[in-house]
Amino acid sequence: MLSKVFTADAWREALEILRDEIPLALWETVYVTVLATLFAVIIGLPLGVLLVVGEKGGILPLPRPVMQTLNVIINLLRSIPFLILMIMVIPLTRFIVGTSIGTTASIVPLVIAAFPFVARLVESSLRELNPNIVEAAQSMGATPFQIITRVMIPECVPSLLSNFTIAITTILGYTAMSGIIGGGGLGKIAINYGYYRYKTLVMIFAVIILIALVQLFQTLGTYLATRLDKRAKHKGGGN
Amino acid sequence: MIEIQHLSKTFSSGDGEVNALRDINLTIRDGDIYGIIGMSGAGKSTLVRCINMLERPTEGKVLIDGQDMGALSDAELRRARRDITMIFQSFNLLMQRTCLANVMFPLLLAGVKRAEAKARAQELLEVVGLPDKANAYPAQLSGGQQQRIAIARALTTQPRVLLCDEATSALDPKTTHAILELIRDINRKLKITVIVITHQMSVVEEICNRVAILDEGRVAEEGEVTTVFSMPKSAAARRLVFPDAGSELLPPSSGARVLRVIFNGASTTGAPLITQMAIDEGIAANILYASTRSIGEKAYGNMLLSFPDDPDTISRAIRYLSRSNDVIVEDVSDHVE
Repeated sequence: MLSKVFTADAWREALEILRDEIPLALWETVYVTVLATLFAVIIGLPLGVLLVVGEKGGILPLPRPVMQTLNVIINLLRSIPFLILMIMVIPLTRFIVGTSIGTTASIVPLVIAAFPFVARLVESSLRELNPNIVEAAQSMGATPFQIITRVMIPECVPSLLSNFTIAITTILGYTAMSGIIGGGGLGKIAINYGYYRYKTLVMIFAVIILIALVQLFQTLGTYLATRLDKRAKHKGGGN
Repeated sequence: MIEIQHLSKTFSSGDGEVNALRDINLTIRDGDIYGIIGMSGAGKSTLVRCINMLERPTEGKVLIDGQDMGALSDAELRRARRDITMIFQSFNLLMQRTCLANVMFPLLLAGVKRAEAKARAQELLEVVGLPDKANAYPAQLSGGQQQRIAIARALTTQPRVLLCDEATSALDPKTTHAILELIRDINRKLKITVIVITHQMSVVEEICNRVAILDEGRVAEEGEVTTVFSMPKSAAARRLVFPDAGSELLPPSSGARVLRVIFNGASTTGAPLITQMAIDEGIAANILYASTRSIGEKAYGNMLLSFPDDPDTISRAIRYLSRSNDVIVEDVSDHVE
């Protein structure tokens, strides 16, 4: 079995395919991942904030039905397997992008799948904040909006960055699946060559590049989160 | 002037109601350093939060210069809070901002221009003695330094009242002393009324002029610190002032008379007076209990002496001990069992 995978012909063929297809696939994967994460954060961040400030005893309590609806929608979207969700949102994708196939079109299901996840991550980040700091801001006469934008979010930046890193690596994993509905990228190469055409070597290479990408995002995210955290006692740092 | 009138606060939880505060009535005059002392759970923190409406009282009013705090709209209340600022046990600085940015923060919230806020913040870092820490982050500072930054932050909006919620409870004694000194300085120089919440007697003794003793949500006793601490009337006050009184009281021998000697700001200390009486009058008193403390520069305290049951000896002792104006003698034989 293995000897069949690593024959000289297979190597030559695989390298040729990789040379021709990897640059575009890599670009597509990064493009879809970054854009999908960006949109997921744009939608998920405010929702995560609402989950914290809107609860009973929060700084901006919302009516119970509103909070319940929000929670149900988030839980519901998080329960649907991504593979099924991709197919379910096809009409929406067609409405937004104009087509339901292709790389750009795959961004829509990715965002729908990721924003509830991001909302929960933001919620957990904000809950880590010492409530006394929020109380101190209230005692200074801060409005709820000022507390959110100038206290809660800035104070949670390191934790938010760590969690957004988790989000981006998860979304990267999902992009590989979107090859099924015609989304481009490394996932498409792995599925098309490895699964449909039995070119195992190509699939292995595509997976290795995906792993390297996850590593890269994770390292970058961890570095930024640590670097920007002023609680670390680096004397004179950041001045 | 801050007037707290019939203030009550009830928290309702799953299994019933907790009366955190019951019918509190206090008046805090301008320029006071007013101590509110009590054991943990006495309601001190709730009371101080009712003053700036971080907690809404269930009943009663808080009037600041005649203005009913409870009647203010949200926006008016936010404006009023710039006038009644607060410092905390855990400092509560913004950890992701520099010290300078922390001190500027209340001004920026109030819409003051950045350059102006920065100039004012730098001035206040001078006032609290940390001008060189402008660009440091709170995590790089010691607890005492963080509290100084918090004090600077509380002063930026030029408040009339400073609320200190256990502000020195997380600090060591030496740092506590330095912070209290800073608070006293602020009170004198900037004419800011200070309300000090604490469970430490020493804090009240050191800086407060008036004190209220809070016990189970009620004011047990209230008045000048020197009066309350030298002659505590309520049981709660006695527990605080003489925490070991009950356990260390020697039982008087049967038939003995017991005098309570109160040092109310006497310049003498207890021991020479009693010794002197033995020498001058030949009266040997048995000291059942003694607790004296100095507040400011004077001695305050309380001593229980037992004497043989002889009317002549007792009257001579009373006459001798009462010669000093600051010493009060009372016969408490009937109260001591």
